[in-house]
Amino acid sequence: MGRIQLRDVNKSFGATTIIPKINLDIEDGEFVVFVGPSGCGKSTLLRLIAGLEDTTSGKIVIDGRDVTGEAPAKRQLAMVFQSYALYPHMTVAKNIAFPLKMAGEDKATIEKKVANAARILNLTNYLDRRPGQLSGGQRQRVAIGRAIVRNPAAFLFDEPLSNLDAALRGTMRLEISELHQQLGKTMIYVTHDQVEAMTMADKIVVLNAGNVEQVGSPMELYRAPSNLFVAQFIGSPKMNTAEGAPAARHGAKTIGFRPEHVRISTTEGEYKGAVGVAEHLGSDTFLHVHTDELGAVNVRADGDIPVKHGDTVWLTLDAAKLHRFDPAGRAM
Amino acid sequence: MARAVSARRKAGYSVAAWVVALLIFFPILYTIITSLKTEPEAIAGFNLVPSFTFESYRTVQSQNDYFRPFMNSVVIAVGSTILALIIAIPAAWAFAFSPTKRTKDVLMWMLSTKMMPAVAVLVPIYLIFLRTGLMDTRIGLTVMLMLINLPIVVWMLYTYFREIPGEILEAARMDGASLWNEILYVLTPMALPGIASTMLLNIILAWNESFWTIQLTTTNAAPLTAFIASFSSPQGLFWAKLSAASTLAIAPILIVGWFSQKQLVRGLTFGAVK
Repeated sequence: MGRIQLRDVNKSFGATTIIPKINLDIEDGEFVVFVGPSGCGKSTLLRLIAGLEDTTSGKIVIDGRDVTGEAPAKRQLAMVFQSYALYPHMTVAKNIAFPLKMAGEDKATIEKKVANAARILNLTNYLDRRPGQLSGGQRQRVAIGRAIVRNPAAFLFDEPLSNLDAALRGTMRLEISELHQQLGKTMIYVTHDQVEAMTMADKIVVLNAGNVEQVGSPMELYRAPSNLFVAQFIGSPKMNTAEGAPAARHGAKTIGFRPEHVRISTTEGEYKGAVGVAEHLGSDTFLHVHTDELGAVNVRADGDIPVKHGDTVWLTLDAAKLHRFDPAGRAM
Repeated sequence: MARAVSARRKAGYSVAAWVVALLIFFPILYTIITSLKTEPEAIAGFNLVPSFTFESYRTVQSQNDYFRPFMNSVVIAVGSTILALIIAIPAAWAFAFSPTKRTKDVLMWMLSTKMMPAVAVLVPIYLIFLRTGLMDTRIGLTVMLMLINLPIVVWMLYTYFREIPGEILEAARMDGASLWNEILYVLTPMALPGIASTMLLNIILAWNESFWTIQLTTTNAAPLTAFIASFSSPQGLFWAKLSAASTLAIAPILIVGWFSQKQLVRGLTFGAVK
């Protein structure tokens, strides 16, 4: 089981509040991603759950048990750190075996569990090596191996892929998702990368300045962001916004429209503009169009759209997919 | 861009380094030379060529037993170092990984005890030793030297520990390690080079300590420092014998230092270049 509940959890360092009261429910087996810009308190929140930081007030409940004052090891959680945090003086096998050794398991059981974890993570051939002799991806797998042998109630990941190169990040993303399917355990994953959040999560928690801005499935957040911050944070490239006359026409202070919800034409449309930069990705082309009324607009177009820098184009917003925000930035 | 250093300048630096090294080493060298002279030669004045006699060594060994103070030195130096490490490792852990607002002050305060001249506390310490029966005992001297060097040991370990990423210790905590296991299985093995050089330096310091070792011992627990001192009193000064005794006293630590110099230098500059 791995049901985690946060009740009015607050964290302050002296007079500085990092996390004002947060309430959150994480269901058993869920893959939850905490996402937000750097300094939003997502890592602190994870460390509070892990027990590496003490809460200033509030309760953390795991499977119905209040663990707020308990030591990290007692919480039945395993954590994978950004820097991997492997023990450099131990071999891969010893690294993975360490939590079992600490739990006082017998030698035969340890060997069996280490072999099993190594098999799942394709580390069998590396068991005698030291972390210094492994690649970044392999090190990350050892860190995960160390986490899975404990058979924890939940896994905590603190930006585990940010030290890897782009290609490896994609592979590891997939591996972690597969591991989640395979183990069916609760996973809490912290990242500032909204692509990771969108592709991996069952549920995303968007944080900003310690506050939960919105909680929902990736598609909920994409389709119905509750405010301007979430609207702009989720989705890549980020949502276009406009104020003034075009927004007033829809009865809002600000309107938001995603690059993929703008039709582009060389002959007719709502807003006239000039093509600035065209980014050709092959499958898609992202056009940066300068318009008088909407300002700069990012438009997703077909990969083979025949426009170039300086061309005059016409944009039409998809009214059904338009987001409207009030002066406080809340969705209307 | 690397700074270009001309060959002449380089040669100049080399010469300067050699001069300084020789200046520092010269007293030791001259002691060794003098120990190989006869007594008349030794008092005759400055002379770099001895007659290579081992007379003084023979006399020193026959008149005074070298083995006993040597063993005392070993026990006191090694014992005080081990004792200091047992206390300093947890202390340095606390300073490095669980600092409070006062950590810096406490560290400074510890170090400030080294700024006080030892003679200032001679009377109280002497009386304490006298009344507790620690006078002229190995255990008394071991504790004394441990206390004297403890600030340096804590400071050195603190510097090494700070180089170890805190996340690794947090990982150990997540893995279920108790504080003791965290120190034993993770911190200590990772800080081993630092601990080793701290140990070596402390052994050298304890070995060479002469104020307290001479003041607080007479015969039973007297280490090599007291052994040397014993050659400069009642019958007058015997330079050759004194030099022979000194050479015998510094030889073991010189040999240990020579073989561990790589470790020592690495330890002392640990973290300086990284």
